[in-house]
Amino acid sequence: MNLIIGAFTIGLILSLLSLGMLISFRMIRFTDITVDGSITLGASLTAVLIMAGWSPWLATLAAFMAGMIAGSITGILYTRFKIQEILAGILMMTALYSINLRIMGKSNIPLLDTKTVSQIPEQLLLSASGGESKMLIAGWQVSLIDLSVLISSTFLCLVIGWLLYHFLLTHYGTALRATGNNVQMVRAQGINNNKMIIFGLALSNGLVALSGALLAQYQGFADVQMGIGMMVWGLASIIIGEALVGKTNIWTTITGAVLGTILFRLLIAIALRWGLNPNDLKLVTALFVFAALVAPQLFKSFHKKFTKSSNHA
Amino acid sequence: MLKIQDVSKTFFPHTVNEVQALQNIDLTIDEGSFTCIIGTNGSGKSTLLNAVAGTFIPDSGTIHIDGLEISSWTEYQRARLIGRVFQNPFAGTAAEMTIAENIVLAMKRGKMHPLTIALNKKVKSEISDRIRMLKMGLEDRLDNPIGTLSGGQRQALTLLMATWLRPRLLLLDEHTAALDPKSAAKIAELTSEIIKEEKLTALMVTHSMQQAVDMPDRIVMMHRGKIVEDYQKEHKKRVRIADLLDTFDRVQKRELFDESVAKLLIREYI
Repeated sequence: MNLIIGAFTIGLILSLLSLGMLISFRMIRFTDITVDGSITLGASLTAVLIMAGWSPWLATLAAFMAGMIAGSITGILYTRFKIQEILAGILMMTALYSINLRIMGKSNIPLLDTKTVSQIPEQLLLSASGGESKMLIAGWQVSLIDLSVLISSTFLCLVIGWLLYHFLLTHYGTALRATGNNVQMVRAQGINNNKMIIFGLALSNGLVALSGALLAQYQGFADVQMGIGMMVWGLASIIIGEALVGKTNIWTTITGAVLGTILFRLLIAIALRWGLNPNDLKLVTALFVFAALVAPQLFKSFHKKFTKSSNHA
Repeated sequence: MLKIQDVSKTFFPHTVNEVQALQNIDLTIDEGSFTCIIGTNGSGKSTLLNAVAGTFIPDSGTIHIDGLEISSWTEYQRARLIGRVFQNPFAGTAAEMTIAENIVLAMKRGKMHPLTIALNKKVKSEISDRIRMLKMGLEDRLDNPIGTLSGGQRQALTLLMATWLRPRLLLLDEHTAALDPKSAAKIAELTSEIIKEEKLTALMVTHSMQQAVDMPDRIVMMHRGKIVEDYQKEHKKRVRIADLLDTFDRVQKRELFDESVAKLLIREYI
């Protein structure tokens, strides 16, 4: 049970990463590697600010803003200075590694016994249970702290999903989506496509940093290495979501990304329990994304061969 | 209305591939007129249209619309004044977005895109009322991705989108050339209809001599980056396809003559 709650919570927190990457990878079609740096940026900034006595909500908001700034810089490198999109992301990600170390002053900050955004549900639950730190749910012992984190991440995920859904349906959001679909058309309709790319990357990395901020509070630490491979992780989640729910409209795309992230986290948790070496995790994730990218082509060529041979017969 | 003055553009300058696409072009288009540009491949007719649209900035010369000097404006800034339809029927619409979403972008061409919900019932009924005039049954398919439509249907929608907000100038870049003959005829008819009804100022590039004779009220012929003939008013009304072909021949012969003379001179004197 704790395994499932843990996987669900991390899944929900990382679904903000997937939602962010949905904007860059799927809406404006920008292969953005800044993600690996901006998730750590969110985590490190929040950790430092909470340790300095900031309210966890304000610290989380600050992480979101910092992520937006990082994303806009990648966008400006690409649009203003005409640097290829992958290289622009790599430059920003590399720069962020040092910036994150600067922010934290060391490579790891523990966040033990500090306030987090899940404080309010935690207090409510504690008072409801009469001071007990564990609760029985359907015969399972559940830690109240874990439960309160789950509640607050569900709440944040719903709010942000709802906001994002409505944003994408506005005039501005429609223009943003069109930018990734047909640049020529977007320019002919008088839309500044460069501005759209910068804004899209800002929003995307803001959400990614937000995800990092929540992750640091849940894990109880921020680490300069924590962002490595996160982009591939998010991509895997998005692909699972698309296979699961489809991408027929904005609603299914958003719910798909969230469900995909949770499912992927559950699968990983199960695999780890079955004895998958944690060191192999990134290799497995990379192989999974590779398979998901190649499978449709393989299937197509296989299908072609098959229909051809059946025509001969 | 549109004033092109002394506009030149050379692609790949100082290389073996150098192309003088536009050479000191002067062209003035009157308010409410429909002008057609014809010419051989590589004559610079599409380049001239792109210079007006802002796809590139000319090496020299100025372009004015309504007295506004737009030469240094970017492509998306010019979209405030200009509606465009491209040769590629898939270029003017976003394939993965729905018909309604594409049109709602055109309803805000060159304007602010506010943070309000773009599509509601009222906007959708306004859209379906207007696309009913296409008589293609698209008004019932507003929520279908535009990529599921045929090239002709998409081009019709692009034309509608370009003129949804009345443009000061409509640019048509061989917009029927990539369609099957039946669709091409339908789009040509629709184009004439919209231009006439809305009293638009339009500039069209075409390969079709028939369209050049039938549709506009002025024909400009280009060759090798220069304007070589300009049929206006009464002169245009008398013009037949055979006349245009004759002019083409004459222009090309003159050029051949020029080239052979040049070769002769080179052989004799160098």
